[in-house]
Amino acid sequence: MMTKMVLNKDSMRIEREQDVVPFRNRVREFAVKIGMGIVNQTKLITAASELVRNMLKYAGGGAVLIEAISQGRETGIRLTFEDKGPGIGDIALAMKDGYSSGKSLGIGLPGTKRLVNEFDIKSKTGEGTTVSIVKWKNG
Amino acid sequence: MKQDYFKGLQKRKKQILENWMKSQLSDESLREDLMTNENLREQSEELLNAILGTITEKNISEGMTAEFEQVHEILAGISISRARQGYSPRETGVFVFSLKDALLNSLKEDLSNDPKALADVVLKMNKFMDSMGIITFETFIKGREEVILRQTDEITEISTPVIRVWDGILALPIIGTLDSSRTQVVMENLLQQIVETGSTIAILDISGVPAVDSLVAQHLIKTVAATRLMGAECIISGIRPEIAQTVVHLGIDLSNIVTKASLAHALKYAFAMLKLEVRKPMKDKPSL
Amino acid sequence: MERIPILRMGHFLLVTIQIDLYDRLATNLEADLVQMVNRTGARGVLIDISALNIVDSFMGRILGNIGSMSKIMDAETVVVGMQPAVAITLIELGLELKGVHTALNVEKGMELLKQKIGPAEASDEDDDEDGTE
Repeated sequence: MMTKMVLNKDSMRIEREQDVVPFRNRVREFAVKIGMGIVNQTKLITAASELVRNMLKYAGGGAVLIEAISQGRETGIRLTFEDKGPGIGDIALAMKDGYSSGKSLGIGLPGTKRLVNEFDIKSKTGEGTTVSIVKWKNG
Repeated sequence: MKQDYFKGLQKRKKQILENWMKSQLSDESLREDLMTNENLREQSEELLNAILGTITEKNISEGMTAEFEQVHEILAGISISRARQGYSPRETGVFVFSLKDALLNSLKEDLSNDPKALADVVLKMNKFMDSMGIITFETFIKGREEVILRQTDEITEISTPVIRVWDGILALPIIGTLDSSRTQVVMENLLQQIVETGSTIAILDISGVPAVDSLVAQHLIKTVAATRLMGAECIISGIRPEIAQTVVHLGIDLSNIVTKASLAHALKYAFAMLKLEVRKPMKDKPSL
Repeated sequence: MERIPILRMGHFLLVTIQIDLYDRLATNLEADLVQMVNRTGARGVLIDISALNIVDSFMGRILGNIGSMSKIMDAETVVVGMQPAVAITLIELGLELKGVHTALNVEKGMELLKQKIGPAEASDEDDDEDGTE
């Protein structure tokens, strides 16, 4: 088993739309610090932007943990989005291409998953949702 | 009497191996993804056999000498192969140092009623195993350096030049297999060059790509789509007959992409798009 | 309330997005642009996104909306200056920005718009058929 070690971390509250841009900038700072290339940076930040919007839209906000991690020789960024919203009833359905309960394009979750290396979602109806993504520097 | 520790160790080889394996398997740095437990046991047994077959009361303090050449070779072989497979130094270190634990424990049991002799032999064994550890790391690092050198070579080899064939037309010949990470490099290079040169047409020549499977095709389709998103057109040329066959057999739809048989055809098409004409000079001088 | 300025140049409207947008700013831009197209009778909209580091699905949808809305008001939309990393990410996300044209830079975007709305050329300048092979 390879364990992930946390090198550096920060957490942010996301309450309103205006918090999104500073959050994206913070993620970029973390990514730049570990030397992530521009394309992977862009993918990571776009994924982060999608998830943070979901959090605002469906749960009215939440907290995000930003971590620089390493596993073996790889370094990367892990983002964990935690909200106390209504939760997702059917995760398998939500992960299907083209599905959306809101009025977005419906590329949200599956599209986001394609942008990152690891994608993990846990949700309990009525209690909230936790989404965790990892993007490796060279992933 | 003194010689017996090592004979004793020989006899208890099986148990030492078991203990060693147990501590290796329980360590959290165990890399089952890189090596099966059976292979690990084989490696461990080979090294243990070599050590116990060579080590005596007399030569234990001379771990670095030629007498242990066979041991060194086995150890070096293991470290180098681990370095190549991507083991971390820690994971490799655990392999050697957990053997030390197993050996020392066995000695402790053997000599539980002779503390003085125990202390003596433990010191020597420690020193011996430390020199084994040093050899392991030296060769491990050497192995890693080889990996880095090879990769550097590979990178220069695969670096894909973007060629400006005409004002506004770029060509990018791809030689070798296209996998995801390489496609990413190719795509980034191409798009970057498109921005820098302000070229509106890019020709991706795949005549040097040995095979096109659905994954490679997927990558090509993505590259074309990204080029179009930026406001340029991407032509794929160098479709050999074999490639055309596989593409159709695999049911890959390339109909949204402009494909041409050769770079020359692609260039001709690009000229037409830019409304350029290539002509022989009108003035023909048959007399000369 | 912050707003993205919209410039008018003859028949065209010009927007340069210089800051990272949060969603409301983007929604406002969509509304403002459509209003402006209507008010000025513009025939083309040019949006320069060369300073944008990311375009996510929301921003992508706004761009697409502007394109489609302008289209039914008889104006063409060109998005110019998309960064390579943004293009790669959008493709990976599965967004193709249907309804808008794209060009490498402002100059090429302007050319494209002129071509698209030019009365004589509009019909045959569009998608070139492959006539060479």
